[in-house]
Amino acid sequence: MLRLAVDIGGTFTDLVLEEDGQSWSTKLLTTPAAPEQAVLEGTRRILALAERQPAQLGLVVHGTTLATNALIERKGARTALVTTEGFRDSIEIAWEHRFEQYDIHMERPEPLVPRPWRRGVPERIAADGAVLKPLDEAALRAVAADFRRDGIEAVAVCFLHSFTHEAHERRAGEILAEELPGVALSLSCEVAPEIREYERASTTIANAYVQPLMAGYLGRLESGLREAGIAAPLLLMMSSGGVTTVETARRYPVRLVESGPAGGAILAQAVAAECGLDRAVAFDMGGTTAKLTLLDGLELQRSRQFEVARAYRFVQGSGIPVRIPVIELVEIGAGGGSIARRDALGRIQVGPDSAGSVPGPACYGNGGTEPTVTDADAALGRLDPARFAGGSIPLHLDRAAAALAGLGEDAAAGVAEIVDETMASAARVHAVENGKDTAERTLIAFGGAAPLHAARLARKLGMARVVVPVGAGVGSAHGFLRAPIAYEVVRTRHMRLDALDAGVLEALFAAMRAEAEAVVRLGAPGEALVETRTGFMRYRGQGHEIAVPITTLDAAALRAGFDAAYAALFGRTIPRLEVEALTWTLALATSRPLPSPAAEPPSRPAPAPAAWRMVLDPATGLREEAALHERAALAPGMALEGPALVVEDATTTVVPRGATVHVNALGQLVLEIAS
Amino acid sequence: MRDIRLQVMWNRLLSVVEEQARALVRTAFSTSAREAGDISAGVFDLEGRMLAQAVTGTPGHVNSMARSVVHFLHEFPADTMRPGDHFITNDPWKGTGHLYDIVITSPAFHDGKLVALFSCTTHVVDIGGLGQSPDGRQVYHEGLFIPLLPLVRGGVWDESLLRMVRANVREAVQVEGDIHALVACNLIGERRLSAMMAEHGIADLDELGTHIIERSQAGMEAAIRALPQGSWDGHMRIDGYDAPIDLRARVTIAGDHVAVDYAGTSGASAYGINCPICYTEAYTAFGVKCIAAPTIPNNAGTLDAVRVTAPEGSIVNALHPAAVNARSTIGHMLPDVVYGALHQCIPGRVPAEGTSNLWNLKLGAGHGITGPTGQPFMVTTFHSGGAGARPRQDGLSATPFPSGVRNVPVEITETVAPVVVWTKELRPDSGGAGRQRGGLGQVMEVEHRHGAPFGIFATFERVHYPARGREGGQPGAAGRLSLADGTVLKGKGFQVIPAGGRLVVEMPGGGGYGPPEERNPAAAARDAEAGLVAKPLMQLSDK
Repeated sequence: MLRLAVDIGGTFTDLVLEEDGQSWSTKLLTTPAAPEQAVLEGTRRILALAERQPAQLGLVVHGTTLATNALIERKGARTALVTTEGFRDSIEIAWEHRFEQYDIHMERPEPLVPRPWRRGVPERIAADGAVLKPLDEAALRAVAADFRRDGIEAVAVCFLHSFTHEAHERRAGEILAEELPGVALSLSCEVAPEIREYERASTTIANAYVQPLMAGYLGRLESGLREAGIAAPLLLMMSSGGVTTVETARRYPVRLVESGPAGGAILAQAVAAECGLDRAVAFDMGGTTAKLTLLDGLELQRSRQFEVARAYRFVQGSGIPVRIPVIELVEIGAGGGSIARRDALGRIQVGPDSAGSVPGPACYGNGGTEPTVTDADAALGRLDPARFAGGSIPLHLDRAAAALAGLGEDAAAGVAEIVDETMASAARVHAVENGKDTAERTLIAFGGAAPLHAARLARKLGMARVVVPVGAGVGSAHGFLRAPIAYEVVRTRHMRLDALDAGVLEALFAAMRAEAEAVVRLGAPGEALVETRTGFMRYRGQGHEIAVPITTLDAAALRAGFDAAYAALFGRTIPRLEVEALTWTLALATSRPLPSPAAEPPSRPAPAPAAWRMVLDPATGLREEAALHERAALAPGMALEGPALVVEDATTTVVPRGATVHVNALGQLVLEIAS
Repeated sequence: MRDIRLQVMWNRLLSVVEEQARALVRTAFSTSAREAGDISAGVFDLEGRMLAQAVTGTPGHVNSMARSVVHFLHEFPADTMRPGDHFITNDPWKGTGHLYDIVITSPAFHDGKLVALFSCTTHVVDIGGLGQSPDGRQVYHEGLFIPLLPLVRGGVWDESLLRMVRANVREAVQVEGDIHALVACNLIGERRLSAMMAEHGIADLDELGTHIIERSQAGMEAAIRALPQGSWDGHMRIDGYDAPIDLRARVTIAGDHVAVDYAGTSGASAYGINCPICYTEAYTAFGVKCIAAPTIPNNAGTLDAVRVTAPEGSIVNALHPAAVNARSTIGHMLPDVVYGALHQCIPGRVPAEGTSNLWNLKLGAGHGITGPTGQPFMVTTFHSGGAGARPRQDGLSATPFPSGVRNVPVEITETVAPVVVWTKELRPDSGGAGRQRGGLGQVMEVEHRHGAPFGIFATFERVHYPARGREGGQPGAAGRLSLADGTVLKGKGFQVIPAGGRLVVEMPGGGGYGPPEERNPAAAARDAEAGLVAKPLMQLSDK
């Protein structure tokens, strides 16, 4: 089947077309005012490139940063909040904390809904679901009249404990639909029926905020594709790593944020399967940020906590929290464009601010004067000035050197070492928080800057192997085509394991299954489905739950599952302590078997280097000639020894002295690094 | 390249203690540890000099834990430490200020050689005694006192000590769990340090430690030398338990250090709000560092640059056996006192006074507390009033400073305890007026879910003496604790809310900065439209 993937990023819209193992890709500038234009133009181009007709397309999978950008740039709908009387400030009070201990100038992000549009109505549900105060419908209608007057375009409804007893929110939804026809409505009991009022309200508001925008965009895209003669179904990539239908995407657009990185993680999972890697780390480094994800037994780490628009140096707590299914990854402000400077102690600091694409790194020659990671890579000799970004951006090494000179001696090596150390620290802390270790894994590197830094990063993390997949520059779009059609449903139902009511839980999971199946069947009517149940549990008295996979719904099995998960995370259990569960999830996905490991190809001699370049290795401080190879000239079975550079349009793979690289049967570069 | 190599190892050391701390937060039981990050973790050289410390939620451990390692080394010299040893204390004067904080210090070995010490501390769920009350009159009332003792020797745990702990605390399983977590966290530190030393091929931390301390010292000195030199006085009067307390500080900026002397400060209280000097040092150093050198990592090089003295027996240098359980009541006010002095020295750099003291609701019911009716419970939720206005920014509403705690969601509180929170909203008009407005406090109204009586352990400040503004800024609103029927409660001490009663907690606002009539009209209009100020400030300037 001919399948198309489209990934709209901040700068570029990437397209990948696949058919029976053959693939084409193209990249064009994103058209922010009307993103569907780049999608439609790109689709036309890539079909022409592959000499295929629009009608031949069997599937279109699409991921977009549109929702994320609307949240970052505050360009969503005029949104209002209806909440329990006495709680209109929950989303402003947030966690009542300072995320930067020593900074007295710190500011928390402004709520998406200003205070005049946050309205409390009399009603109250208790923690056990009892109605302490009925919904005051007249008061709600009066609030709706104010919203009408103010031209409100979207309303979020979030009442306390609505995840336990939905009636008040459902009734409020009916009344608002009557009073405000045409206004987008998001109910917290549908968008994020989970305990913790701030996070639930924040998620519901974010959903409402982007709903009109996404509905408009998806409508225009669908009709555009139709007019172009494409009859193939359109599926949307979600942050969970699954894809869903346009209809679901319209109702829950908040689930589409961070879909690009999710696509990258799905690609890494496929690569891990192809290479037979039991333990890996996906490493995606672009212009502004680096993202790292742990892979164990081909499973991606999953979570329900994510923050959009971290305003403050990517610091945890400085963004808008959304509770949606996400692939757990750590994101740090370290990319090719990250700016380096010396701090008050004379230490080199890299990022998190980035020179972006305008003016870009100094070596672009577009007016940038501050030294960046790309400038350091250029000065180290890692980049061919005539080959950067396929030759579209000629590099000015003199400008890189001038910008770096301000940092003093050994600046290029220092910047490279510090950015690699920063990423390594983030990966280690992320791993320890998940009860894991980075040592003896394989690093899967993609994104324009990752293959330049992968070997050194791997060494710092105690890894001996790096894999650079084919098409590393458009990794996310490749991942889209490998994602299952999936949906996850969440419910909070507080229960102590020593007082477990399996009947209640069975009914709960049955309802969740029905809800998930209704969504998944839209996109996968006949396919076999895989169901995954998870409980979020803790010792009574603790503040954080851990995810526990569920097989059998009885207290002993749940306790055993909890003990195993707790021991894996923290290395011990506490035998005499009660366990309680707060939240339950059910994920339903089409079965997408992962590829099997490919056999090693017979070895063949590598061609002579295309050229030689002087390269400085920051690990040793030694400067020596490195062999330059075109990646296109390397076929499966060929092997090289470092120091070498393997160059392709979108990136360069650095092979340091002491390391070897070979091309496997699938054309992936595999680096082996001696420790 | 040597410089870069040392910087890389320094970064790694910071990452090691960060990993150590994260592991502890994830496994701790007490609300303050997990929600507020009320823990600390650090690595020390063999003389007890701190080389790196994790940035955690509360600054109260900043150098109290650092000093504590010296006490351990005094009792258990480094050359007597063996692999598998771990030492323990909760001595308020040699640990971190009250019995609730347990400190564990462990030697770290690499290739069979002692190379460093790891230390960490956490606030445990219970330590016996009166519980989370400020009503103790001596430290003996406040629970189990563990002197500096070996906890594990060569991998063998002292079971007698553990039995003693279990017998003296209300939540034995959780407290023991926390002690295990502390030991495990130091072991993570040791493992990571050893891996780093192997990777970089170093046999000891001498060169790295010297580099870290010298660099930090130099950076701190440069920051201090950039300030005007001289002495300035700060004074702040606060509510106290039964009588007002005067906090006085003389801040002297003298070349390579800042000296803060609390001479003239009131004497120790007869109740549990006294502050041992280690905790006074911690919050004083934190306050100074936020202004002078916020980005320099904390270590022995920076800590030595802030020298704190206080008369023995004063409330900021309370001596054994003074009761110290709620020592944060005083400790949290100290940055404001120091800023009062610093403002004269460097006008336009420090914020106005804020609520500063946390307005945590410590609620409970049960035998001997409220009588036999209703189910017994004990719950602590973290909340804050408004912070002081900054020279060019409004104060943060409902946000702690200097503490860094995080709140507990209402839905969680109501799930684990039989209470209903009817209101939790910003408190209009509570932010001190000014060119920059003080942060707003918040109002919470709480009832028992089933109308039974319940008690509150109050440790609230700014009820009688509100946060003052600077440069013509108005004071924030005073805090108020009352019942819905109008009964006014005290700001300190245990009190019972009778059956069917509703507790009303009005948290203070922060002080304003600059004359209110200079406030940007657009900002004033925005506040009025949002209902944050009932009377638009424009009217003030029309007078």
